[in-house]
Amino acid sequence: MIFFEFAKRNIRLHWLRSLLAVIGITIGVVAITSMGILGNSLVLSISNTLTSVGDTIVITPHTSFQNFGGGSSTSGISERDVEQIRRSSGSNAVIPVYAGGDRIAIGRDVGAATIYGLDPKDIPLLLEVVNGTYIRSSSGVMVGSRIAEEFNLKLGSQITIGSDDATAVRVVGILKERGVGFDINPDFGIIASDQWFSERYGVSSYDQVIVKVKNLDEIDRVKSAIEEKLNRRETTVNVLDTRAILEGILSAFNQIKIFTTAIGGISLIVAGVSIFNVMMMSVTERTKEIGVIRSIGTQKSEVLKMFLDEAIILGLIGSLVGGVLSFAGGYAVSQIMLQTTEYLFVPSSLINILYGMLFGVVTSLLSGIYPAWKAANLNPIEALRHE
Amino acid sequence: MSGGGEGRTPIITFDHVTKVYSLPAGDVVALNDVSMDVLPGEFIAVMGPSGSGKSTMLNLIGCLDVPTSGKVFIKGHDIRTMADTDLTRLRRDHIGFVFQQFNLLPLLNVVENVEFPLILKCGRKECGLKAYEVIRAVGLEEGLDTHTPSELSGGQQQRVAIARALVNDPDIIICDEPTGNLDSKSGATIMEVLASMNQRGKTIIVVTHDPKIAAFARRTLELLDGRIV
Repeated sequence: MIFFEFAKRNIRLHWLRSLLAVIGITIGVVAITSMGILGNSLVLSISNTLTSVGDTIVITPHTSFQNFGGGSSTSGISERDVEQIRRSSGSNAVIPVYAGGDRIAIGRDVGAATIYGLDPKDIPLLLEVVNGTYIRSSSGVMVGSRIAEEFNLKLGSQITIGSDDATAVRVVGILKERGVGFDINPDFGIIASDQWFSERYGVSSYDQVIVKVKNLDEIDRVKSAIEEKLNRRETTVNVLDTRAILEGILSAFNQIKIFTTAIGGISLIVAGVSIFNVMMMSVTERTKEIGVIRSIGTQKSEVLKMFLDEAIILGLIGSLVGGVLSFAGGYAVSQIMLQTTEYLFVPSSLINILYGMLFGVVTSLLSGIYPAWKAANLNPIEALRHE
Repeated sequence: MSGGGEGRTPIITFDHVTKVYSLPAGDVVALNDVSMDVLPGEFIAVMGPSGSGKSTMLNLIGCLDVPTSGKVFIKGHDIRTMADTDLTRLRRDHIGFVFQQFNLLPLLNVVENVEFPLILKCGRKECGLKAYEVIRAVGLEEGLDTHTPSELSGGQQQRVAIARALVNDPDIIICDEPTGNLDSKSGATIMEVLASMNQRGKTIIVVTHDPKIAAFARRTLELLDGRIV
């Protein structure tokens, strides 16, 4: 169509000015898209490491902080409380946990480790063995992957626990690496049976109770049921629901994502202003030409289209180049900030490129509306007289 | 073929037309109660000093402006009652414009300039007259078709402009000082082209200062202070 051809030729005639406007849009699109990709990758990388524990309610004694450091706690969660929790949790798994720290020795190596005491039948619910077996009796222990690496522990290795009345235990299983959790952190820990733990340290109350919820929708109901039972008169336990923690973290990251995208958006606005400027210059320079084409029978709407075409061409070129570059930009930003690019090639990241390009074209179009409207509504007689 | 026969319907009618421009310094009466008829096929020269209302008259005939009072009929249409879209369509289909400055579109080459009104009218090139035929009819040398206007002489540019004005086969051709920017020889040939178009039945209105140009016309309207004298 002739008006499109007109727009194209005018852009080619004023190629430098048009190029600058295109660069503006390109930068805007790259900024908004890379920021979007970065934000999304950030959210994905965080949620990937955390979602595995999203179905967990963690109950700790209200005063348990005072007892950290010792091998046992005196005011933990009693057997009676655990029974209450079991009743409140319905059919969901309830896992009471003993936890403490102690000195350990492997051969001549001496160190410290967190030691957890768990009912052997509960262990498969929480942890996964990569090597060896789950503990069955009170004599064996399982070790976390990081501690196994650090002390070069293998199946059958002997660990001496405690400094004064030391007890020797044998490694029967090595756990899969689990990452940071809200409940227990076994990567640097030793997992023993609850029976062994209570006998070794002479404790009967638990340090933590973990409830694994089968259906995520039940988590709020179970949580409030536990709180109602145990904290009715006074606060005896803290009930943490990992999903709420996760949601808090994710919403914080989503806000960061919106913020970073908004920064990108600002550069797109700047680009829009430059397109507006280029278009206004074009209208002023071509006033006489507009007068001519209007007088020989070009409709207002056709003049409008001619100038909008120009803005759209600039926007399309800028957005296409920007889309390609922002792929590279997103790659670079992810690599630098997250040290990984695995979150770039997922739909929720790639859609940012589409959004960025769409924003680029829309911005150009919006910037072109007023100049085009102005051109279309020039008085043909005055425009003809314009030199 | 004769210029204008008695008893035919006028193609242009001015009925007590007054045009007032409101300027900060006060109102300027550009046309003052002008009445006239132009019959199809007439060749009219409009003369008069600067400020006498020639351009205003031309703008009204060209449907670029509407009168303050009175009525202007172009091909029977009262232009004051028409919307901008309809006025634009009337200009496109029935009126050809030839300007003193030629006013070809610098972004388009010769053929594209001539085709432009065709494309406006039907959205493609294949309607009405053929651009090449019209270009030949106005006497532009072959081989210039793909040149841009800036590569042509003034006389050549004006021929292209006339070809552009003719391509939609209009009834009226309006020329505003068509030879004002040309030497006398090119000016004369341009007037000959216009005269030959008049021979083929086009109504031609020429605004000019030059009595030699006015001599080509069959009738001369002399304007002074917004009135026909």
